[in-house]
Amino acid sequence: MPTIDPEAVVGSRITNQSLSRWLHSLPGVDKVGLETRSASLATRSIKTTSKAWALDMAIQMMDLTTLEGSDTKERVRSLCLKAITPDQTDSTTPQPAAICVYGDMVKNAKEALGKNKIYVAAVATAFPSGRASLPVKIADTKDAVKAGADEIDMVIDRGAFLSGNYLEVYKQILAVKAACERKDGTRAHLKVILETGELETYDNIRRASYLAMLAGPDFIKTSTGKVSVNATLPITLLMLQAVKDWFDQTKIQIGVKPAGGIRTAKDAIKYLVVVKETAGEKWLTPKYFRFGASSLLNDVLMQRQKLTTGNYSGRDYVSVD
Amino acid sequence: MFDYSPAPESRDLVKFQASYGHFIGGKFTKPANSYSTINPATEEVLAEISHGTANDVDAAVKSARQAYEKTWSKLDGATRGKYLYRIARIIQERSRELAVAETLNNGKPIKETRDVDIPMVASWFFYYAGWADKLDYAGLGANPMAHGVAAQIVPWNFPLMMLAWKIAPALAAGNTVVLKPAETTPLTALLFAEICQQAELPDGVVNIVTGFGDTGAAMVGHSDVNKVAFTGSTDVGRIIAKQIAGTEKKATLELGGKAANIVFEDAALDQAVEGIVNGIFFNQGHVCCAGSRLLVQESVQDVVIKKLKARMETIRLGDPMDKNTDIGAINSKEQLTKIDQLVKQGVKEGGESWAPACAMPKNGFWYAPTIITGVAPTNTVVREEIFGPVLSVMTFRTPAEAVSKANNSQYGLSAGVWSEKGSRILKLADQLNAGVVWANTFNQFDPASPFGGFKESGYGREGGRHGLLSYLKGSN
Repeated sequence: MPTIDPEAVVGSRITNQSLSRWLHSLPGVDKVGLETRSASLATRSIKTTSKAWALDMAIQMMDLTTLEGSDTKERVRSLCLKAITPDQTDSTTPQPAAICVYGDMVKNAKEALGKNKIYVAAVATAFPSGRASLPVKIADTKDAVKAGADEIDMVIDRGAFLSGNYLEVYKQILAVKAACERKDGTRAHLKVILETGELETYDNIRRASYLAMLAGPDFIKTSTGKVSVNATLPITLLMLQAVKDWFDQTKIQIGVKPAGGIRTAKDAIKYLVVVKETAGEKWLTPKYFRFGASSLLNDVLMQRQKLTTGNYSGRDYVSVD
Repeated sequence: MFDYSPAPESRDLVKFQASYGHFIGGKFTKPANSYSTINPATEEVLAEISHGTANDVDAAVKSARQAYEKTWSKLDGATRGKYLYRIARIIQERSRELAVAETLNNGKPIKETRDVDIPMVASWFFYYAGWADKLDYAGLGANPMAHGVAAQIVPWNFPLMMLAWKIAPALAAGNTVVLKPAETTPLTALLFAEICQQAELPDGVVNIVTGFGDTGAAMVGHSDVNKVAFTGSTDVGRIIAKQIAGTEKKATLELGGKAANIVFEDAALDQAVEGIVNGIFFNQGHVCCAGSRLLVQESVQDVVIKKLKARMETIRLGDPMDKNTDIGAINSKEQLTKIDQLVKQGVKEGGESWAPACAMPKNGFWYAPTIITGVAPTNTVVREEIFGPVLSVMTFRTPAEAVSKANNSQYGLSAGVWSEKGSRILKLADQLNAGVVWANTFNQFDPASPFGGFKESGYGREGGRHGLLSYLKGSN
């Protein structure tokens, strides 16, 4: 895998000052223009075979998620079984990309998934607030990796970012990335959650995307799903533009994961349209685009059944998870 | 591959008659002297249209005069407003049908007729309906008066929208009208005539005469016309101005344009690229205020052109009835020829033209979205209005140079400025010789906002209170 020289990208030795200068030299984002563009892409009409393709792709891109204080072994096991057999009435239904759980559930998820090629993603680094010391965050990460997590979804320190301490945010991502390394030299994939709802402005979101990308993660991710504003279409468009520009500049391809609030097949298809028309076909794969979602799967399954049988079923014809 | 399957809007939403006469005195005349109107995307004949003669025009003006004297000028403003509200609501009710009709006859994508043209038509009638009983506040003092009979000639690029821009303020102010749609796009105007019947608008208040330039000349030259309103080419505008010189006829002319779209290095570049695309490729570039001259600051030229080309690769050209089509058909063979000739001239003069690879449908008239780089203010493609999806790209170094290049045009209809610096935008808006200056956006219209140009882009304003004034005079 190609790597970048962060100093070459930033154009100087990495200090808070140079990071700040670099991030603030990025072009601004016009809110009205961005939202108009995303609203216009949302009017694309996706029918018949392209809809069938999109629904299957949406399932394969899904990180089926349960992140509740009330999660139990049984609950996680049930979700894993759902991932293995999303639709018991149709064996052609693809499986989601991953199961996303808290670190302490990784072992249970791994067991339940067995030999199925479904990843286990663990949220880590004092998710969702990220308010813990770096050693605690590293320990949290290592613990999940040791338990067998294939992917780590970390949160950035929004407090540090908003106070202009970019170097701290950057260093933490690097440290967590290092903590993702396994003894055999391989590494758990790293997704960096920007928590865009707390960064508030599109300018901030673009800067946070670049700052995260500089640290070399596999994905940048919108949200924890735990704050009032989670993934939105314009935010995802903006981040897709960022990974596209990054790829053009560095030849390194980074994925995007919108998470939280995507509940319907219709919504998911809008996101896929935005992926296609912003970053391009190269990103239309689970390797580079994921949905973090819990209730989305069943709506996609119902739409899928409608396409294959011609009839709408009801909620009781897809299994609860 | 995520290819979008065809998603066509239903053709059956609209039923055209086989042939149409003129709409005079509340009734359709017997079709006569017919020519065919086609769908420019397929070249299929949609209906036979009557080519209006001087006699037809005379009958229409007489009917408008009679309606003005006997009914329309006698009604109070609130009642006129009631009719306009009724028309606006019927347009909303029949919006899908009108969108399909417009797309079939014009060639523009259904996405645009559905989301822009027809909603705008309704909003224009709603807006001026509100003015009808408030004319005392138009700025001419108490009891302003209508001119009388207005002769209105509209172009083919936004057939029904331009009709609304003309008819709504005219009727609100108390005038009656004779309107001629463009020869290639008469169908929505004829559907509008049906809407007038449906709204029980008094006979003769709106008359529609179809035909060619000679029909329009007969309207403009008619001795009983008090007011002329024209939107179209500068050449025809000049003829009209000569024709009415020395008469008491009032005129508003909304003519050509060659708008500069100025992108500064501190602009939100991704959104600026969207604005460039929207500015020149909206409606196949058949927009008088299209941002057809891109002025980009040299320091960001490469990145802007690169992003623009990447964005243009995603533009979907094809069947206008498909809901995912971004660029539809060129309205006529003549227009296509004109665009083609101008671009060839541009290349001959040293410009470099680039267009994304896109498959062209077999029938109909098509032109791929095109940019021409390496051109300067002396080049034909920079000076002349192409009225097609063709963008000429130039650079500038300083704000003063941007302004001087932008203003170096025989036209002065619109301009765009892209910068994150508010003070710069305000200064440029002051310095640019254009009727409309858009900041960090392009091609935005609102019935409350006046629209019109400087220099050879015409005179008079449409929209807002200013647009109303074009149809009023102070009381005697």
